[in-house]
Amino acid sequence: MSERVAERARLGVGESVRRVDGVPKVKGAFAYGSDLWAEGMLWGHTLRSPHPSARIVSVDISEALAAPGVHAVLLASDIPGRKTFGLDYPDQPVLAWDRVRYAGEPVALVAAEHPEQARRAAERIRVVYEPLPAVTDMEEALEPGAPQVHEFGNVVRHVRIVHGHPDARADVWVEGYYETGMQDQAPLGPEAGLAVPAEDGGVDLYVATQWLHVDRQQIAPVLGLPEEKVRLHLAGVGGAFGSREDVHMQIHACLLALHTGKPVKMSYGREESFFGHVHRHPARIWMRTGATRDGRLVAVRCRFLIDGGAYTSSSPFVIANASTFACGPYEVPNAFIEGTAVYTNNPPCGAMRGFGAVQAAFAHEAQMDKLARELGLDPVELRLRNAVGTGSVLPTGQVIRGTAPVRELLERVRAAPLPQPEPVDARGRRDPITLPGGVAGNVGRGEGLRRGVGYAAGYKNVGYSEGFDDYSTARVRLSLGSDGRPVAEVHTAAAEVGQGVHTVVVQVARTVLGVEDVVLHPPDTLVGSAGSSSASRQTMMTGGAVEAACRAVLEELVARARQARPDLEGAELTVADGELMADGVPVAPVAEFLGEPIEATREYHHRPTTTFDEEGQGDIHVTFTFAAARAVVEVDEELGLVRVVELAVAQDVGRAINPQMVEGQVEGGSAMGLGLALMEELQLDGGRIRNASFTDYLIPTILDMPPVRSSLVEEPEPGVPFGAKGVGEPSTIVAPAAVVAALRAATGRELNRIPVRPDDLVGLSGPVRPRQPWPPSPRVPGQRPVPEYVGLGAVARHG
Amino acid sequence: MLVRVKVNGEWREADVWPGSSLLFVLREHLGLPGSKNACEQGECGSCSVWLDGELVCACLVLAAQAHGREVRTVEGLTSDDRLHPVQEAFVDAGAVQCGFCTPGLVVAVVDLLETNPSPTEAEVREALSGNLCRCTGYQKILDAVFLAAERMRG
Repeated sequence: MSERVAERARLGVGESVRRVDGVPKVKGAFAYGSDLWAEGMLWGHTLRSPHPSARIVSVDISEALAAPGVHAVLLASDIPGRKTFGLDYPDQPVLAWDRVRYAGEPVALVAAEHPEQARRAAERIRVVYEPLPAVTDMEEALEPGAPQVHEFGNVVRHVRIVHGHPDARADVWVEGYYETGMQDQAPLGPEAGLAVPAEDGGVDLYVATQWLHVDRQQIAPVLGLPEEKVRLHLAGVGGAFGSREDVHMQIHACLLALHTGKPVKMSYGREESFFGHVHRHPARIWMRTGATRDGRLVAVRCRFLIDGGAYTSSSPFVIANASTFACGPYEVPNAFIEGTAVYTNNPPCGAMRGFGAVQAAFAHEAQMDKLARELGLDPVELRLRNAVGTGSVLPTGQVIRGTAPVRELLERVRAAPLPQPEPVDARGRRDPITLPGGVAGNVGRGEGLRRGVGYAAGYKNVGYSEGFDDYSTARVRLSLGSDGRPVAEVHTAAAEVGQGVHTVVVQVARTVLGVEDVVLHPPDTLVGSAGSSSASRQTMMTGGAVEAACRAVLEELVARARQARPDLEGAELTVADGELMADGVPVAPVAEFLGEPIEATREYHHRPTTTFDEEGQGDIHVTFTFAAARAVVEVDEELGLVRVVELAVAQDVGRAINPQMVEGQVEGGSAMGLGLALMEELQLDGGRIRNASFTDYLIPTILDMPPVRSSLVEEPEPGVPFGAKGVGEPSTIVAPAAVVAALRAATGRELNRIPVRPDDLVGLSGPVRPRQPWPPSPRVPGQRPVPEYVGLGAVARHG
Repeated sequence: MLVRVKVNGEWREADVWPGSSLLFVLREHLGLPGSKNACEQGECGSCSVWLDGELVCACLVLAAQAHGREVRTVEGLTSDDRLHPVQEAFVDAGAVQCGFCTPGLVVAVVDLLETNPSPTEAEVREALSGNLCRCTGYQKILDAVFLAAERMRG
């Protein structure tokens, strides 16, 4: 007996259906974290350290407590439970008590009736700090005698990958040094939520987050409550991109709510948002790439450093990713890669779209272009000759089992027609809005314009890695609606952060169950964990969980049908368009078998992976998604201004569940990559962020973004639900590398640091030079994250 | 301080802290959180509303400045369950992801199309250059504007 999944359902998998949350969002009726309100609620405010490294000598809250409208001022000593939290290792103080390790670290909390009262009261908290020496440079952090950020030293993790013969001989070597700046996710919705104390002594937290259950794992021990008394509900999420994977205001709001017995809302302003979440790791990368004369890669040697800032966050897994992706999507028989994540007194860095692969791609793609030049080869041709495919062996020894259409991707972007030159008027002048810098920025008439074209390829793991048994949970219920038609209810804890997972799961349910009416329950912790909306994983994981739960429901339905209709014995039973089908012929409405609703809860687990062995070998990642990009840029060589004329991006998506939304991910991811290439960097001065505003931290506007010519390569991935790969990250990985390749082609300059600044383009600054030829390897007990060796147990494994 | 503002056709009053922005009063006193608080310093356009018919960032207007004046917000674009053609086009074109910038963009696009029913791409880009979107890369927003313009021209 076989039960085939229904293939027909209107608005199901493969269709560009309208987003399920589209209408409330365009009406301004979608309730984001910062929109929440409760009768009698208080406003929470956080007092943060101005020092990157200091001892807290004393704190006096008496004046603040007496300030108008204030209901509570809390310090670390008021915390009932564990005083630390952390996404993977609980090393971060909820409120600092003896010392602060970065500028912006929370020290005290205030709850007051009006946000302005809370802010002013916080100003009246007297904290006496004794500044301590700070280490704010990732290489200095590894030097003997450097200030120690933690008692156990400044190394978060050191990963070493040895593959083939590290001393392999090559005909040609190219060498490079690369730096990437600290990018911010800058989601438009600020960190926000509302904590409501409950009668059972617990708390209900409505919050904009990426992973409800891992938040709860970190919140409950701090509150001294069992997890079941801490109930999380997803508020509307105004973008995430990694920034909401670490806890921000969650614990603080709960502490204040439980202390005051009143609902407490916290909503960061833009400035605080820049201090209140982790950032993309700045990286320094040393790389040597060797090849044969005919353009076959022989060996890569790479030294990778990333600055993790003051606390662990997901740095151990970002450096693992950066290291495993350091060679790019190419066959490299011999590799020696060492990656180190370090602690400094800079703001903590953690997850951001691309997760280590962005920094790696900037380096490996620049190396490929250098090598092509050295060999006299076309840069795309060199990539085509070395591209991985199914069956290729990666530097970790992992064999690519799934689809890997890298050649197809490269060929697609190369074959895309190039944008035409801008039209000119009778005097030979262009519309000034088309000049780099636009009307406002370009004071010239386009005299020093040069156009350049650059290519890049890159890849990313889908899902969590390194042996973590990651899963997502879905509960599906099929019953009769009030109109007598079957209706499916889907309940998961998956965070819709804008990427569209809620629409995806509705499409999956429609397709598997063959019903059109699908009701989505709000995500909360009343159902099992869905895991994080990160690592391009939700379509695979929660899509897979919903598919499995729907199949279980279908199985029960078919069993009921067989019992009720003995005449159907031997027929293949399926469901389509609300009808039970026997051998493809409708025989009865599904409704007939739904006297009692059918409910099923299922978990989806991806295939197992392994950790690194001593040589950095292992079956580390679940599977991969690839992308290629071509950037066309114009540079005003006199003014150092850039206009990206067009981005062509081809992405390996397995199967597009919703092509329009997939395109949206490709386009939006490209914009974030363009931002990193050209403008986005948190400016640190002695560990202090100096540009915490949208006036000073620039993200691309509609004038900066060119058309994105996106092309989806659909080769279904074996072994994953619907053959669909995650789609959120690859374009962010390839866009910066392609844009800078195009800038190099236009200017002939080395441009080894992103974001590229106008000064770099006119020769007033750069290229950056390494401070040392090859940083020494730190002494560590092994490949695992150092916090693990010193007894900081993992909260939730990542990757 | 008591402020009295005509919001979406209806006179409303609120007792507010004198330093409050119009945005804060709309969101926290008048139950109209559709205008968004992404930067609160006039850089992102997510709080775009009309003040006496003029497009402004509600975060840069003191509530007191709006006293006795007329404000129209995203909530006032339609009076019933129907969508404004610009809202409809945003949903159809896939111009919405996280949606936090969307109300401000919808307002800015309505404002553009009310004055210029057939804008060129350059005009659209210029008109929307004060509205930041972090999710979409703007391409589908452009698609939505042209779709709405076409539908509104009939």
